[in-house]
Amino acid sequence: MWAFVFKRTLIALSVALTISVLCFSLLQLSGDLALSIGGPEATAEQVEQIRVEYGLDRPVLEQFTTWLWGAVQLDFGRSYYYQSEVMDLVVERLPVTMTLGILALAIALGVSIPLGVVAALKRGSWIDRTAMAIAVTGQAMPNFWFGLTLIILFAVKLQWFPAAGSDSWQGFVLPAVALGYYATPAMMRLTRSGMLEVLEADYIRTARAKGLRTGTVIFKHALRNAVIPVVALAAVELGFMLGGSVVIETVFSLRGLGQLAWNAISRNDYPVVQAIVLIIALFYIVLTLLADILNAVLDPRLRAR
Amino acid sequence: MAHTLSPPVAAEQHFVGSWQSRLLRSTLNNRNLTIGLLIITSLGLVALLAPWLAPHDPYLQNTANRMVPPIWHETGSWTHPLGTDRLGRDYLSRLIYGTRISLFIGLVVALISGLIGTTLGVLAGYFGGRVDAVVSYLLTTRLAMPVVLVALAMASLMGGSMLSVTLLLGLLLWDRFAVVARSATQQLRDAEYVQAAQALGCSLPYILLREVLPNIAGALIVVATLEVANAILLEATLSFLGMGVQPPSPSWGLMIAEGKAYMFFQPWVITIPGSALFILVLSINLLGDGLRDLSAPGGRNE
Repeated sequence: MWAFVFKRTLIALSVALTISVLCFSLLQLSGDLALSIGGPEATAEQVEQIRVEYGLDRPVLEQFTTWLWGAVQLDFGRSYYYQSEVMDLVVERLPVTMTLGILALAIALGVSIPLGVVAALKRGSWIDRTAMAIAVTGQAMPNFWFGLTLIILFAVKLQWFPAAGSDSWQGFVLPAVALGYYATPAMMRLTRSGMLEVLEADYIRTARAKGLRTGTVIFKHALRNAVIPVVALAAVELGFMLGGSVVIETVFSLRGLGQLAWNAISRNDYPVVQAIVLIIALFYIVLTLLADILNAVLDPRLRAR
Repeated sequence: MAHTLSPPVAAEQHFVGSWQSRLLRSTLNNRNLTIGLLIITSLGLVALLAPWLAPHDPYLQNTANRMVPPIWHETGSWTHPLGTDRLGRDYLSRLIYGTRISLFIGLVVALISGLIGTTLGVLAGYFGGRVDAVVSYLLTTRLAMPVVLVALAMASLMGGSMLSVTLLLGLLLWDRFAVVARSATQQLRDAEYVQAAQALGCSLPYILLREVLPNIAGALIVVATLEVANAILLEATLSFLGMGVQPPSPSWGLMIAEGKAYMFFQPWVITIPGSALFILVLSINLLGDGLRDLSAPGGRNE
């Protein structure tokens, strides 16, 4: 078990390092930074001064190690546009994105697991068919358009929720639905197929033959095993949602990490972009690592792989 | 040994003379596949015949005719069945030409990413060991990158255009191809006909291209349909956020972005291109689902 954890952690760390190299190259690719920081009216002297001030005159490798050493200490440098520490901006915006992501995941799980279980138990029934229809349409719905449609319906027509802003909990409902709906189909399909597979397993037949109540069989024996891959998927989906928040936060004008990223991208504020890409990638890496370990704890067969 | 070289022949003999009718019958029996194929074919025709189908020039502005509502409104008219946008351009014509952008980007992205992913996956699955470790590492790294964010940042560096979006997405979306190609090849590696080809001294490219690839093609085609749909959605997202296809192109994502300011009073400006996007992606997904059922009989999502 510990060998497994150690090996997975090592892989996760090296992936994180590779991603940080990629993020750093992003800054290098964006052209002469001193020129873009200085703006069009800067004189050659001022540009040179900026170059020295930001350490852009030093060799690339030295710049990279400096940046990485800073990143390890959660110091991502200064934003060109906001003129403040990148980390302060991130810390200010992170709670909104985390709230959004966790709410969206909760909605997705709350819909997909019960629906998947019922669909598997009543295979071929109208519930099953409705569930499949939701899955198929959910995967085809562009989430920004779904978000806009929710705004028209529930914020403008019915006026149940605000169309924008993160001042109150009501502001999070529509964006969380828009973000969560996208993750629902995959998790529902997995719950359904997992349940179908498990229900045919020998130990379920044994449990039934022992005369256990159907409820006990389904919830204590079947669901527990069927849910294992869903847990892993949920972790992955949370990672995706944090990445996808850039779209939803822009649509709903939420002051989160995604909106910050979009603003930074459109203003060529690359220290901020780098930091957010790296942070979201790290979240994903940690989440998948935890999911792998959790899976291995729950299902000993996976450890051998 | 010779008869093990090509199992497809044996499989064909099993259903001798009837495979065409069998394929036709199972296609028609499969509702998803039929509906998907039907919609895709008609949208493909719309894209091909756009110049003849579009009632107006999609780029022609007419400030006297701005924001004309579609035909189902009382004030709508048949001159502009789906109305006009904020610059007076005919919405139906823009929608028709937009089909070209979506389908082009979807297909080319699937082609590029399919090439990358299949190559990596087949090599990893066939050789295993160190090659597999390297490919798995690349795959893990790729999966850890937030696609929308990275695509947005890179597109803004390269300057948003149809070409840059296509290339970027092609370079980003190879992961599922690699996963499927890898596991399918792993299962084939020890197949008798592959070993027979090895024993006969066939060259490596021959084995991979003639023995392995045709036998994993079915699984790859299913992935390809999913990736076409995925690429179309991502293009629309990037264009919506202003980093994809640039104005005045009639990209559906861009049409939604341009209509966003008017959506409270004229919701159709975003409903129309959004529904088009939804129908296109839905039909591609139905096609993919149908193809999967066809390749795995009796196994509907199980």
